[in-house]
Amino acid sequence: MDRSSLFLIVCKKGWYYMKTVLVLGATSAIVLETIKHYAQTGAKILLVGRDALNLQRIADDLKVRGASAVNCYVNELSGTDSARQLFAQIPDDEKNEIDIVYIGYGLLPDNEQSIKDEPLRHAALQVNFLSVVEHILQWFNFFVPFGMQTNISRNRVIAVISSVAGLRGRRTNAVYGAAKGGLNTFLSGLRSKGTESGVRVLTILPGFVDTPMTAGIKKGPLFASAEVVGKRIFQALQGKDDVLYVPWFWRLIMLIICLIPEKIFKKLKF
Amino acid sequence: MSYDQTQSLMSWGRYPTVKQAVYSALSPLRIEPSAWGSNWLPYGNGRSYGDVCLNEGGILVPTRRLDKFLSFDKQSGLLTVESGVLLSEILSVAVPQGFFLPVTPGTKFVTVGGAIANDVHGKNHHRAGTFGHHVTRLSLLRSDGTIYECSLQENEALFRATVAGMGLTGLILNATIKMIPIVSDQIAQETIKFETLTEFFQISSQSEAKYDYTVAWIDCIKAAPHLGRGHMICGNHSDVAGTLCAGKAPKLALPFNFPSWLLNGTTVGVFNEVYYQRQRSKLKKRSVHYDPFFYPLDGILNWNRMYGKEGFVQFQTVIPKPEAQAAVTEILKIASASGMGSFLAVLKEFGQMKSVGTLSFPRPGVTLCLDFPMRAHKTVPLMQRLEQITVDSGGALYSAKDALMSAASYAQMYPALSEFTKWIDPHCSSSFARRVGII
Repeated sequence: MDRSSLFLIVCKKGWYYMKTVLVLGATSAIVLETIKHYAQTGAKILLVGRDALNLQRIADDLKVRGASAVNCYVNELSGTDSARQLFAQIPDDEKNEIDIVYIGYGLLPDNEQSIKDEPLRHAALQVNFLSVVEHILQWFNFFVPFGMQTNISRNRVIAVISSVAGLRGRRTNAVYGAAKGGLNTFLSGLRSKGTESGVRVLTILPGFVDTPMTAGIKKGPLFASAEVVGKRIFQALQGKDDVLYVPWFWRLIMLIICLIPEKIFKKLKF
Repeated sequence: MSYDQTQSLMSWGRYPTVKQAVYSALSPLRIEPSAWGSNWLPYGNGRSYGDVCLNEGGILVPTRRLDKFLSFDKQSGLLTVESGVLLSEILSVAVPQGFFLPVTPGTKFVTVGGAIANDVHGKNHHRAGTFGHHVTRLSLLRSDGTIYECSLQENEALFRATVAGMGLTGLILNATIKMIPIVSDQIAQETIKFETLTEFFQISSQSEAKYDYTVAWIDCIKAAPHLGRGHMICGNHSDVAGTLCAGKAPKLALPFNFPSWLLNGTTVGVFNEVYYQRQRSKLKKRSVHYDPFFYPLDGILNWNRMYGKEGFVQFQTVIPKPEAQAAVTEILKIASASGMGSFLAVLKEFGQMKSVGTLSFPRPGVTLCLDFPMRAHKTVPLMQRLEQITVDSGGALYSAKDALMSAASYAQMYPALSEFTKWIDPHCSSSFARRVGII
């Protein structure tokens, strides 16, 4: 635990303790950038991913950065039974420590291909939407009884990386947009349910981000780096946001996009 | 870090621009050199200036995906990282934990692999030598798939070839650096104003005796009698325990190339005058954060765009002590007379430590660093004259900065070349290596 992190911690209002973060999709660029900051605060991090070697490599990195402990769980993540399996993999005492569930895995398929190819389409919906819903519900249902007890002040958070693409379907991004759109709607419904039991549900809406997912896409001025996005998410997790547009200007851009009448929007080529 | 596969890779000087392919599918856990063909070169963050990081007609293998910290032993200060980690990333992790880089160049945006491949040096060369002096071991991947553990104790000749080996011996996978302990992020800085080059030589050794870090900025536009006036900037890590905060991200960025007429003898002359007179007193002491002390230009992202679309070239030479004052004076006269703006003129005395790498640049003497905008008909003859002065004085030019030197000069400056060539990986090559006759 380094001195400057300690300095940050005592500056915060109220009691601040070392968090435990469960990370689904640890190899995602944005997720990695977020949990680097958690490592620096001495957090305990539980990494979940498909590749054991890669998880170990990330775990070593986080320990050097200051994480108090890092445990790795190999899990398919996007399978139909993955959520239940993961829940069973994690021991009970560790389950009780978890403060934040951070879900950031996804798949961006080529739009034309996914419209033609059924398995690809189903995979996109399964990876980006259906499996994510299962993971979210596993932990939401686990957290609810804790929240009911008023003497416990820890606020659990379920944070999910969705996308601005889910806010309106576009010609070039119908399938991915549908998956994220479904996810956004589910998250807002669950957020409302979560107010009964003190479970916070955070919808993260990045715009264009420079990551391996967009490696083949020519970068324009609207592209943000994974570092900037990851850091912003880390800051938002300390706060009280329900929906985070990152970078902030996407809130304005999407407001306009969503207001365009369908008669005009359906003719746009992007 | 950018994952963009569509961008073309350049060097920092943006000269020369070459056509080359980029292997963009590096998977850190499953690295297969057989997929790179027979003419490849590792590429870090592209902060070297000329063509030492370029491979015209061949393939560049970017290493930035090798971006993980592997281990850090705080008792011994030994930090092991993958070779694509930037020095800035090391600082952001190590400074809050009370450690600093043992040697750092003028920018923190270089990869560890790049720092080793150019055997970079810094303001503390007179005390600490080069970066290679503080690398205790490295893992090198050759094109046949073999990984060599290299250090002064194991595969020593390959280690010495790889340090300052410009990526020609293979791809460095990871390395261990011995970090130095610090108690504060502050530097106790002293700045001395000097009027002439002679005065620089008088105060240089005094400053080096008192301070770990010394460098002089000099005004190379001003003609005699004030030729070579400047500021001697010295510093030590503060020994007063204080905050340990890493630097902040740069807020200022140049989004486009400046027009090429903007930096010329007149505008730079004005800048130099203002900069020189900025300090009223002869001597000034203050405490500064390490970031502006070591990395004044890193505060402006893409500052290289100030030189316009044609790019610029850097001239960095080292001249042995006996000839130094005469040679530096002549170089400054020529630079001043050329009318080509160079406001980044740096002068420093190197220490006596023998460099680790077979082809390392730093050696005892005085190093002078100038840059010039690239205007082919004017810059090339100017650089050739300066190169000749270097050769005639028994000095050398720094490959990490060079874009123009001749093969004949290179052979004279680096007599250990024949010891190096046997360690070149048969499938590695670079534009620089072919230009100066290494390959």
